[in-house]
Amino acid sequence: MAKRALTVDDSKTMRDMVAFTLKGAGFDVLEAEDGVHALSVVKGQKVDVVITDINMPNMDGVTLVRELRAKAEFKSTPILILTTEGGDDKKASGKAAGATGWIVKPFAPDKLLSVVNKVCP
Amino acid sequence: MSNDGTSGSDFERFRITFFEECNEILADLEVHLTQLQEEALDNEGLNAVFRAAHSIKAGAGAFGFTDLVNFTHSFEALLDKMRDGEIDQTPQVADLLVRGGDVLAELVSAAQENRSVAPDFGAEVLAQVHDLLGSGQKPKDATAGPGAQQASSISGMGSWTIRLTPNVDLFKNATEPLLLIRELREMGSLKVTCDRSQLPPLRKLDPELAYFSWRFELESECSRENIEEVFEFVDDTCEIVIEQATSSEEEAKSPEAPAKDAPVQPQVSSPEKNVETKESAPAGKKAKAAAASSIRVELGRIDRLVNTVGELVITQAMLAQELADLTADNERQPIAGQEELANLTRELQECVMAIRMQPVKSVFARMPRLVRDLSGKLGKKINLRMSGEHTEVDKTIIEELADPLTHMIRNSIDHGLETPAERVAAGKPEEGTIDLSAAHVGGNIVISISDDGAGINRERVLAIAIDKGIVQPDAHLSDQEIDELIFAPGFSTAEEVTDISGRGVGMDVVRRNIVSLGGRIQVQSQPGYGTRLNMLIPLTLAVLDGMIVAVGNQRYILPITSIVESFRPSPSQMRRLDDWTQVVQIRGEFIRIVRLCDLFNVENATHDPTQGLVVLTEVAGGGKIGITVDELIGQQQIVIKSLNDNFDPVPGISGATILGNGKVALILDIEQLAGMKATVPLPHQDDGPKEVDAPVAIVAAE
Amino acid sequence: MQANMLQAQETNPVVKGSEAAASEIVASPTSCQFISFRLGEDEYAIDIMAVREIKGWTDATPLPNQPPHVLGVLNLRGAIVPILDLRSRFGQGLTEATPMHVVIIVNVGERTFGILVDAVSDILTVEPEEIKSVPDADRAEGEDYLSGIINAGHGMVVVLGLQELFR
Repeated sequence: MAKRALTVDDSKTMRDMVAFTLKGAGFDVLEAEDGVHALSVVKGQKVDVVITDINMPNMDGVTLVRELRAKAEFKSTPILILTTEGGDDKKASGKAAGATGWIVKPFAPDKLLSVVNKVCP
Repeated sequence: MSNDGTSGSDFERFRITFFEECNEILADLEVHLTQLQEEALDNEGLNAVFRAAHSIKAGAGAFGFTDLVNFTHSFEALLDKMRDGEIDQTPQVADLLVRGGDVLAELVSAAQENRSVAPDFGAEVLAQVHDLLGSGQKPKDATAGPGAQQASSISGMGSWTIRLTPNVDLFKNATEPLLLIRELREMGSLKVTCDRSQLPPLRKLDPELAYFSWRFELESECSRENIEEVFEFVDDTCEIVIEQATSSEEEAKSPEAPAKDAPVQPQVSSPEKNVETKESAPAGKKAKAAAASSIRVELGRIDRLVNTVGELVITQAMLAQELADLTADNERQPIAGQEELANLTRELQECVMAIRMQPVKSVFARMPRLVRDLSGKLGKKINLRMSGEHTEVDKTIIEELADPLTHMIRNSIDHGLETPAERVAAGKPEEGTIDLSAAHVGGNIVISISDDGAGINRERVLAIAIDKGIVQPDAHLSDQEIDELIFAPGFSTAEEVTDISGRGVGMDVVRRNIVSLGGRIQVQSQPGYGTRLNMLIPLTLAVLDGMIVAVGNQRYILPITSIVESFRPSPSQMRRLDDWTQVVQIRGEFIRIVRLCDLFNVENATHDPTQGLVVLTEVAGGGKIGITVDELIGQQQIVIKSLNDNFDPVPGISGATILGNGKVALILDIEQLAGMKATVPLPHQDDGPKEVDAPVAIVAAE
Repeated sequence: MQANMLQAQETNPVVKGSEAAASEIVASPTSCQFISFRLGEDEYAIDIMAVREIKGWTDATPLPNQPPHVLGVLNLRGAIVPILDLRSRFGQGLTEATPMHVVIIVNVGERTFGILVDAVSDILTVEPEEIKSVPDADRAEGEDYLSGIINAGHGMVVVLGLQELFR
């Protein structure tokens, strides 16, 4: 059974790229535009890894991480946040909220795959 | 990366999406930067501009557009400092941002078109940005790989001892130690010892806490950095000690581990909140309200929806027809629900059309900049007033409007508006005014550009037209007709080619574009006072309010918005100018008759207008023609179907539709009809005196 | 036109119509299929892949100021399709169309239109080598739409190239 990923980003380009890369690696990919949308998208779904941007309208990534971790089914789901070069504060707050790791933007698709493999069994 | 055959087209789709997004972002950016020149941006505005640069950079990085990434990176850094308050929004900074926005737009354009820019393109702007960012201290190199560190010079086999002691709440981050172990194992030969001493008895065991710690012995050719990378995500939630056995230095690296025991707090603690507030709160209410109510949909899907609803309209009309026939025959009660169906269909159609509507604001937004630049270049003082930016139009129209608007405004500034000195001499205020407005009028959107300049220089226009052979040297043209010459093909000169639109857009191209949208363009000018250009474009492209007319056995459709009135003329109202041309006199005007029966060679048609009807219709430029028909059948909403898919254009016909009875009816193109020459002489009949006073502004055939 | 060709060709039938001995026909991977139809005494064929449907004649809405062979347009389930009189196109006068006549709706490139013929005859399955080329002597100027001849038992069938016919 294919693993399922969730990509959350207000940029369609980024979502497309993440989806494209992960699909090529055999994942099913769910997409959401922001935190609120993400929470509705995952209802009733089993998700194996979450990749979320930080800067999004409606609900930002860090809040989303916290909300997800509050859900029983997401307690042990690897969550990756997309941060910017020099965004160490975001890495810290993301980790504090429960994120498993991060990927720095801009990133090459290979990097995405390697980080996903790193945190996703 | 390509694992399957579809990767090529998928990737192409991203490219397209990325550039679509970029262009949206750039348009939005333009709005903000324009505002910036009037007044300082508030936090929300700064954030929006920051996010714009940020988004473009992220995507550009994914595609490897290094020029774009580099530039955007610095731009973003500047914006970051501005929203932090470290750099003030002075006019110079605003100006720099605006120029930066231009560079950005050009870089995006170049990337999209796969061309390269000059190596020093934007260098000046970039240099100034770097200056602002602080004494030659450039922002961290954008193209450095994320988290890249100097590859250690240590090579060759090494023996490493690594101790990993997770905090108890390791699992709150869904960290899986097993994955870390696997990663280490891939680096060489690994020996693992697990320390279970911290494991409590079963009844005290909390399955969500981490109790194990490990000691690894790794034989590997890797560097210390490679090992550290394995633990990059957990160095704050674990204690990590890495020792190299064969090295004399025993560097115990425990980054922040003892000090920083980052506890996970379910509540938002205040330091975190501060960090977040900058990012999300200003984006808060307003963006929330706007973003919450929109989703992105592929245009292809909307088109399919629009087409299907169009078919529904036709089918509903057919049904109504059949039911009407049925009930007429049987004298039965009208079938219940039919009116409801008609109402619902109409409403559905309006909703669907509304989906594609967007405010013209996005097109108007570029104009202030244009006016500022041009007026500066030409040394003229110009005030641009815009109104009705919220007026909504179909998305297709928006795209088609940009070039014509740009061109017309440029004309106004170039030719219409005078220099300050000239204006003062003419008793006008130094500053000229251009009014740009959009409004819904009837079933159309009317976009109007007017200036208080010198008006069209009719002598010059006429001279140019004669020079180019567009009119004969001895032709007599009314003022209006001279004004209309600007739309003649071939009229525009090379001087019209702008560096803003980049293309030779003459007024004839503008008119063609508008006509292809189903609209028309009018010009009005008064020497010394100014010029006004009106564009009328139908609001909905696919559906028309049509008047069905009968000519012989055929049915034709006339757009209702063009119809002025219809009447049956008396013989005394009819005049002929020569053997080919007939006019009808109504309320002092003489209006040329267009005989459909002759032009279209229709069988069984009424040839005498006094036995049929004359439908007065407007043409561009304000004139009128009278189309002769046998009778009016009725008014109906019709769905326009193009003939051109399968056929070359038919003169006088702009499209077709399917009537309720299933038959095809042709939609008349009034502009073309007005221009078609009669090929059949008028029947020999005496209809009134042959001589007639020279009529004013008869719409002549070309 | 066809009379000339008849003289030039042999009369060995190499093509089987679909009515005769259906069991004998084995369409090979290389065989081509055509729909053949009649115009008066003459028989023509067009590539079956181009044919979208076949309908009986109904009145078309005339298009103004068109050549005589352009009869007008028809409503084909919502699509507006031009109808052309093939007889007239060949310069043999206008067809007096009745509901017994047939309109063959064809796709040519991205265009769709209908051709009015007298009746549809058959489906022909042919190997490529059985399609003879039209002798230049029999081909008049501008008749490059005659793309081949098939000898089909009961007579000669002229294959029409639709692209060339409706350029």
